Amino acid sequence: MSAIAPPATADTAPPTPDYSEYKLVPARHPWRWVGTVVVAAGVAAIAWSLVTNPRWEWGVVAQWFTAQSVVNGLIETLKLTAISGVLGFVLGFILALMRLSASPLLVSVSWTFSWIFRSTPLLVQLLLWYNLGYLYEKISLGIPFTDVRFFEAQTTTLISQFAAAVLGLTLNQAAYSAEIIRGGILSVDQGQLEAASALGIPAWQRSTRIVLPQAMRAILPNAFNEIIGLVKGTSIVYVLAYSELFYTVQVIYNRTQQVLPLLLVATLWYVVITSVLSVFQYYIERHFSKGAVRNLPLTPLQKARKFFATHVAASPTKDAR
Amino acid sequence: MSIIAARKESTTTATPAAGTPAEAAAHVSAGTAPAAATRGQVDITNVRKSFGATEVLKGVTLSVPPGGVAVIVGPSGSGKSTLLRTINHLEKVDGGYITIDGELVGYEVRGNKLHELREKDILKQRTNIGMVFQSFNLFPHLTALENVIEAPIVAQKRSKTEARKRGLELLDRVGLKDRADAYPRQLSGGQQQRVAIARALALDPKILLFDEPTSALDPELVNEVLDVIRELATSGTTLIVVTHEMGFARDVADTVVFMDDGLIVESGKPQDIFANPREERTRSFFSKVIEPAFNI
Ligand SMILES: Nc1ncnc2c1ncn2[C@@H]1O[C@H](COP(=O)(O)OP(=O)(O)OP(=O)(O)O)[C@@H](O)[C@H]1O
Ligand SMILES: [Mg+2]
Repeated sequence: MSAIAPPATADTAPPTPDYSEYKLVPARHPWRWVGTVVVAAGVAAIAWSLVTNPRWEWGVVAQWFTAQSVVNGLIETLKLTAISGVLGFVLGFILALMRLSASPLLVSVSWTFSWIFRSTPLLVQLLLWYNLGYLYEKISLGIPFTDVRFFEAQTTTLISQFAAAVLGLTLNQAAYSAEIIRGGILSVDQGQLEAASALGIPAWQRSTRIVLPQAMRAILPNAFNEIIGLVKGTSIVYVLAYSELFYTVQVIYNRTQQVLPLLLVATLWYVVITSVLSVFQYYIERHFSKGAVRNLPLTPLQKARKFFATHVAASPTKDAR
Repeated sequence: MSIIAARKESTTTATPAAGTPAEAAAHVSAGTAPAAATRGQVDITNVRKSFGATEVLKGVTLSVPPGGVAVIVGPSGSGKSTLLRTINHLEKVDGGYITIDGELVGYEVRGNKLHELREKDILKQRTNIGMVFQSFNLFPHLTALENVIEAPIVAQKRSKTEARKRGLELLDRVGLKDRADAYPRQLSGGQQQRVAIARALALDPKILLFDEPTSALDPELVNEVLDVIRELATSGTTLIVVTHEMGFARDVADTVVFMDDGLIVESGKPQDIFANPREERTRSFFSKVIEPAFNI
């Protein structure tokens, strides 16, 4: 009966008590606390063992961490990463555009490139580039099928360890980044291009001002994955005896026999580089998410500032929050 | 047969009624286009278009005079959007031609052939033709104001300060001056569509094309967009509007054009075509779409 009656009639519903003087108490989450304690205990145990176990030889780590030879190796690693990262993404961008073009030839060349370089091990590619002199004694630039040559040189003088490393890493990187960039471009709604052409915006600006900024949201997380992979991937060029970070520490521990501490030196540097890149990634992604999310989330810095403003400064009146 | 009818009707009926210019002048805020329209004559002549084997436009002929308001109605798939898109050469025609103030759209005459223009020249023509899409298609990474000033700066090379000033005027005109710095996703559908209209107006087009500008909107947001278009209808810009809003067509159109199956079946003044359609197909279409909306 009461279900049928209109709910708001005063004689059927009991009068609502006045709660306005009551305090609001947020729900408690006991299991969240249990989880936090367990994880904290685990982290503390690991940290303790790292600090107290003498076999990690932290003294040796500290001694080599900023040694001149290690720093030189680090610089070579950064150089390789930067050069092949930039060249790889530029070439990848061109390959992506070829792949998306209307020309069947451009599409198939781009496809074949990605196919070859993604299906051969990087190690093999590096060794092939380095030993190119065995396959082709001379490299020349000229008009094909004629005797006209603008430039000719011995392959072995042209392809140094550095050149082989950059070539191998760049071409390999280009094959992967082409796919990442293509995916990003495809993720942008077709209507965006149409609206831009209807407004008379030229093709180049359509790509750079309308499509790419939106594609970046899909490209960036994968691109940073690739760059971070590349930082550590450069360690593979040790097969060319190229003195980047990893090869350098190998040379050192072969001499001093302090294998683990020196591997730790290299590892810590890779962690530092990756951490710096991650911070960059956070802020760059944030920049390109403008307009894609209704409201930008606070940065960690802003969060910390807000936390201190509300919790520390106003702690006596915490309930008022 | 029906093509000839369409042509005759539109040229006779699309002349604005006496007294309209004065009324328009009262509506138009200072600094906008003059009400006495002298530009924006659209002539579509025997336009054909096929997608694969299906012929979507089967020879469409339509004229809209400067400052005229043509509303195109018709069942889904009849080719309304396709026709609209041929007017700014987003869709290439397979036959026939379109002129705006006597200038061919997308082609130029060389000898006895029509050669397609280069991209650069087509883009330049498009700045004369504003287009508003059903799905808004605002650029989500740009604010409302940035959306409006993008084309003036990039396509027309206007100065940034000048473009901003004009952009704010236009946002004011569509009632969104205070939302200039909002991103599209922070706006309601109706507000987004009004920004899209301001964006189309920023190039000072002779002609504005609307493809179902309100069909993606909640019913309560439809009117705020229609009101803006209504105001534009009195400003001297030529409007070609595809819509399912029959009440709006009745109020605002000079000419209502009924399309079915790739052809213009009939066109005329709204009061004539709604009350006394000559063709059976028109009659049956209107009886389906108008009957329920008895209060328009
Ligand atoms: N790019 C395309 N490729 C193939 N077919 C298409 C394409 N665009 C439109 N069509 C077809 O052309 C016909 C007309 O389409 P159009 O979009 O012009 O119809 P419409 O009158 O606007 O319909 P609606 O009221 O549903 O929007 C439809 O049958 C559609 O499937
Ligand atoms: Mg349509």
